[in-house]
Amino acid sequence: MHPIVCPKNEVRRCTLPAGRSQAMSATKAFPVAGALPVDPDSGRETAPLFLSPAQAGFPSPADDYVDRKLDLHEHLVRNSASTFFLRASGDSMTQAGIRDGDLLVADRSLRPVNGCVVIASVGGELTIKYFVQRSGRALLVPANRAYPELDVTEREDALIWGVVTHAVHKLAPCPVGTG
Amino acid sequence: MPFTSSPRALWALVDCNNFFASCERLFRPDLVGKPVVVLSNNDGCIVARSNEAKILGIGMGEPEFKVRELLLMHEVAVFSSNYALYGDIASRVMRTLESIVPEVEQYSIDEAFVPLRGALAANAGEIADEMWQRVRRWTGIGVAVGLGTTRTLAKIASEKAKKGSGVCLLDAGPEADEILETTPVGDIWGIGRKSDLKLRSYDIYTARQLRDADGALVGKLLGIAGTHTALELRGIPCLDAANAPLPRRSMVSSRSFGEKVRDKQYLAEALAMHASLAGERLRKEKLEAGGLTVHIRTSRHGVEAFYDETASVTLGRPTSSSRDLIHATARGLEEIFRPGHAYAKAGIILYDLAPPGSRPGNMLDLVKPKSADGRNDSKLMRALDAVNKRFGRGMLRFAAEGKREAPWRVKSDRRSPGATTAWDELPVVKC
Repeated sequence: MHPIVCPKNEVRRCTLPAGRSQAMSATKAFPVAGALPVDPDSGRETAPLFLSPAQAGFPSPADDYVDRKLDLHEHLVRNSASTFFLRASGDSMTQAGIRDGDLLVADRSLRPVNGCVVIASVGGELTIKYFVQRSGRALLVPANRAYPELDVTEREDALIWGVVTHAVHKLAPCPVGTG
Repeated sequence: MPFTSSPRALWALVDCNNFFASCERLFRPDLVGKPVVVLSNNDGCIVARSNEAKILGIGMGEPEFKVRELLLMHEVAVFSSNYALYGDIASRVMRTLESIVPEVEQYSIDEAFVPLRGALAANAGEIADEMWQRVRRWTGIGVAVGLGTTRTLAKIASEKAKKGSGVCLLDAGPEADEILETTPVGDIWGIGRKSDLKLRSYDIYTARQLRDADGALVGKLLGIAGTHTALELRGIPCLDAANAPLPRRSMVSSRSFGEKVRDKQYLAEALAMHASLAGERLRKEKLEAGGLTVHIRTSRHGVEAFYDETASVTLGRPTSSSRDLIHATARGLEEIFRPGHAYAKAGIILYDLAPPGSRPGNMLDLVKPKSADGRNDSKLMRALDAVNKRFGRGMLRFAAEGKREAPWRVKSDRRSPGATTAWDELPVVKC
């Protein structure tokens, strides 16, 4: 989890016998001399939609399966290992387009940037808010004027659980007098 | 004895901390810092404890009724097993590791061996550090990472890591001597109770003493398996996936396909084979499984969309019958199979393992015969194992069968929601 106070400078335990860990700086990105297969920052699983560029002649039989239906899951989930679905409950984020009952897609692998929508754990409860850094303070800001901002800079019981990437909203029909 | 591996190669053992309890906390931040326990199938015994619950003196495997007062007194959060959740989170942990290293060998539901060779071994420290950090960040599950020149050393290192800073390297040198000296022989991977007693009678109490013991004596006392362990303690790799000791609480059987598989029938057969093999191992170890997880996936590095899915099946009652296990894998596959994918790997994990009769069952156990569909399979399985022992493994096999409904529901009053596996049970976020 991300400590809210220091998103850029993650708390990191010292791990190896002295000497070895010295070489590792806390903010260093991970690439290890080209030894690793996946980009650690995004850690993304990507799959090309179209593999075979248009070409003349017979298509390769190996490409037979490339044309397939679009899968919405692919659009919503970039990193399946770290992406979770949750259900929104309440109206504190309505101005952000997140309404009661919406399906939330949260990716724990993403680093929270200033202004993004996050799921935070505050006082033992999961809540969804804007994450805002303002004059050295860490704030959880609702998208509804009826709710107050929450300053969590010094709160030990506040953590960022994950970054919300999508809200899936089911449309209801217009109640009366359509049009 | 394989002496051929490069001297710099290392093994990492990644072990999830209090895995089931950690899964239960993932969507319940109110439980952080509070004691949590998980009960086995039919809510019989304690199968997982958070650190706080361990401190209260709640023992592993203890029947729930024996500690009920303690649980109430300390307001311990008690959960029925939710293997759908654990299976899903475990597969996320494994995938996270696979995003860091090319090869991950899942050992049990919550542990994996990771071979680090060449450039990876040279950067083992950073890689272990990254595994420790990334698994926690991506999946919310804390892990301990042990590094060693052999699997046995990595395993010991992971235990030390758990008590210390999260990552521990067991290399040659005085530090290693100290760690081995504080490790009782009985705690070494693969040294069971009997071997422990034998070694003690020869004044061998610690891992260091076993490492430095006379090879002939160890061979005489413990046979080839013990000799392997002693050599592994010296840093000489002797164990591979095939002859490594079995995990105690779960069992993994999985394999990559030689060629990509698109056919459901073929997948079903592969899974049935895994179920049959695992059943044989269960019966050999005199254990029964309470449930299993089916896992299928495409290649990570393939050209097509990546598909990776698990389904967990809770068995109506614990079983070691291959027939029951095959039925369960068929049901699991039915849930997760999607046509059009080129599958690269399939496997199963058996979990909730315990000897027959060791768990407080429900009353139906008293009146019904064994096996999920009411038949008694024990004679059939004995005959099957006898034939296969005599004529070779796989001589007598099952024609994989279709699905079947469990005749009664498993008691699991306190199961947490299928937070990652059921649409109508998603965790709720307040806004």
